[in-house]
Amino acid sequence: MALWPRPFPVSLKLDSALSAVTHVNTSHSDGYPRFLRRCFTEATDGPWTYIIWMVALTAVALVGANAWALQVRDGMVHTNMSDHVSWGLYIANFTFCVGLAAGGVMMVIPAYLYDDDDMHGLVIIGESVAIAAIVMSTLSVVVDLGRPDRFWHMIPGIGKFNWPMSMLTWDILVLNGYLLINLHIVGYLLYMRYLGLRPNPKWYVPFVMLSIVWAISIHTVTAFLYCGLGGRPFWNTALLAPRFLASAFVSGPAFIILALRVMRLSTKFHFPPQPARTLIQIIRVAMCANLLMLFSELFTLFYTGGGHAAAAQHLFFGSHGSYGLVPWIWTAMVLNIVGAILFFLPAALERGWLRIVACVMCIVGIWIEKGMGLIIPAFIPSTLHEVVEYSPSLVEWKITAGIWAFGLLLLSAMLKLIAAVFTSPSESGGIPE
Amino acid sequence: MSQDSPLLPILNNEPTDRRGALKAVGATLGMAAWATAMQPLVEWSEDLNVDEFLQKHYRELTADQKVAVFKRLEEDTKRDYGADVSISDPQPMPGVQYGYALNLSVCTGCRKCSEACHIENNHDRATNNSYIRVFEMEKGGIDFEKGDATYDHPVPQPDKYYMPVQCQQCENAPCVTACPIEATWQEPDGIVVVDYNWCIGCRYCEAACPYHARRFNWEAPTIPAEEVNPDQGYLSNRIRPQGVMEKCTFCLHRTREGRMPACLEACPTGARVFGNVLDPDSEIRWVIENKRTFVLKEELGTKPRFFYFFDK
Repeated sequence: MALWPRPFPVSLKLDSALSAVTHVNTSHSDGYPRFLRRCFTEATDGPWTYIIWMVALTAVALVGANAWALQVRDGMVHTNMSDHVSWGLYIANFTFCVGLAAGGVMMVIPAYLYDDDDMHGLVIIGESVAIAAIVMSTLSVVVDLGRPDRFWHMIPGIGKFNWPMSMLTWDILVLNGYLLINLHIVGYLLYMRYLGLRPNPKWYVPFVMLSIVWAISIHTVTAFLYCGLGGRPFWNTALLAPRFLASAFVSGPAFIILALRVMRLSTKFHFPPQPARTLIQIIRVAMCANLLMLFSELFTLFYTGGGHAAAAQHLFFGSHGSYGLVPWIWTAMVLNIVGAILFFLPAALERGWLRIVACVMCIVGIWIEKGMGLIIPAFIPSTLHEVVEYSPSLVEWKITAGIWAFGLLLLSAMLKLIAAVFTSPSESGGIPE
Repeated sequence: MSQDSPLLPILNNEPTDRRGALKAVGATLGMAAWATAMQPLVEWSEDLNVDEFLQKHYRELTADQKVAVFKRLEEDTKRDYGADVSISDPQPMPGVQYGYALNLSVCTGCRKCSEACHIENNHDRATNNSYIRVFEMEKGGIDFEKGDATYDHPVPQPDKYYMPVQCQQCENAPCVTACPIEATWQEPDGIVVVDYNWCIGCRYCEAACPYHARRFNWEAPTIPAEEVNPDQGYLSNRIRPQGVMEKCTFCLHRTREGRMPACLEACPTGARVFGNVLDPDSEIRWVIENKRTFVLKEELGTKPRFFYFFDK
């Protein structure tokens, strides 16, 4: 089932109101806001299971919002971060979410490289995952700010923007740019479908191309954020950006496979089996590359030894009587390696529980590897070799859970809209008036 | 539910309307929950004022605006800490580049410098914060991995030497490069400063610093009124707000007026040498020219203005 660029199926029935929109040829300045309003109606309605799911996510998001409000009022003393470990769970989660955002789109590269028609249909799913992930990564940075009230200092032209010197300014630019590009693509494709028109490739293909390049840039810039710091030997490696990209090629497609499964179970919008198989193939290659680079990194550190290996030593085996990070990294190693093996089993190419388990293992494994296994170790030992342990506080967990709940809330709504718009009205009613 | 005596008339309509009503109830509950969740933020925002919110970057403030800002900060300090303080803004002196040197042969690790810094710079009393950490080091190398900054015994120990570390005021400062909003910069006399009213608290500079020289205000500092040092500089030792970075400024409110840094004055062994490296007759210049000095982590190319040397 190729969704485009093939012609739009004329059999798709539109309710009278929708046809009216196209027939009277109302301007898009009226039509698009109306479309967004109906999207909102559609996203806030549905079967009870959907309502319960969304209410539960809202509740978790509110718990997170409350924890954040407390943190802003009383100070970041509510976190377990310190001057020794000055970045924690938030930046760890940020790093993973940027990878997820990049991976959601990078996986469409094969669609264009090999002219794989079936993969084109996945573009909108990948872009939706990217939108949710980019919102999550932005929120993860916002909650890490000591003074969110001064956000306007970061706005170019109004505040003071230390561009091009500060890598963080690059990150602000590429992340926001990426969000806009993907909002445009998803919004345009859905709007056209909703109007019953065939999307004009002129209005989205260049943007898809741009978003692919941009996807690579967001994760590269995020890696540069860390690897450019000479004072942190654990990050100061040229392999960081390639490793980020390789793991993004795993987490993104794995997340999309999960999203497809959920859609298949809960909506009438079904994808053919082939795109998911292609995704599995991508994951196989990317996971091997990721593990190879990780191994290469570890060899360099441990064989050389000395001060540069101190962080890796602490991470994998503990040091100075502290072992806080050891369980994290070995959990990640087991999840990643077993997950990779599961992906290589022939059964992973078929629909079933195996690939779902493998996806979850790799997503969790990479989340730890990118976070507790990459951000935190750079601070332990500190730049003056002091060992101060870190484990996230309850407030940090609440806020992070809240961010995830909000991201999943957005993603659920987007997937529901996609399903509604892409399934024939005769089956599910499309987007109701 | 009977048509004649509706309990809730709104639920008595068509099913779609009932759904709409439920949605409305849900939305109302949601908004109420949101308001409750955000209550701490409301309390917090009551302490903010518009002038503070809109305050421009230090380097864009006019002389009049500076006067107003300093006055406001003095009033805030009076209100929040009960202390009468005066906030000054001494400017870098032309022809001055500061340098600092520390004689490791005579340092005994007494931590008087840390303590003086704590008092001078209005540090948080609860955390006993200071810009200076003193490491007890093993003789035979300069290996921080074998160092210990948390020692708690009489000093000096015979088999150890002591190494105080504070901001190195790098000429090529990684923290300045890292800052996304130019909230930290290098002054013409070489001191790296922070505009505490501009910093957003992202802590990228703290990650970038190779010397653990930067500190974050995890909460608003607590200081009893009688312990507040009233002689304050806007860019140096005024009481920092919650949620921003802070760092050693070589006590610029003192040094730019010809006095010595608090840590130097407190040192009982004379291990510390401070002065203008551009002045050929200064003591710091003599030390740099005549002692075999070294800098920390020279290989990183940060070009510290803080030198260490052994005397014997």
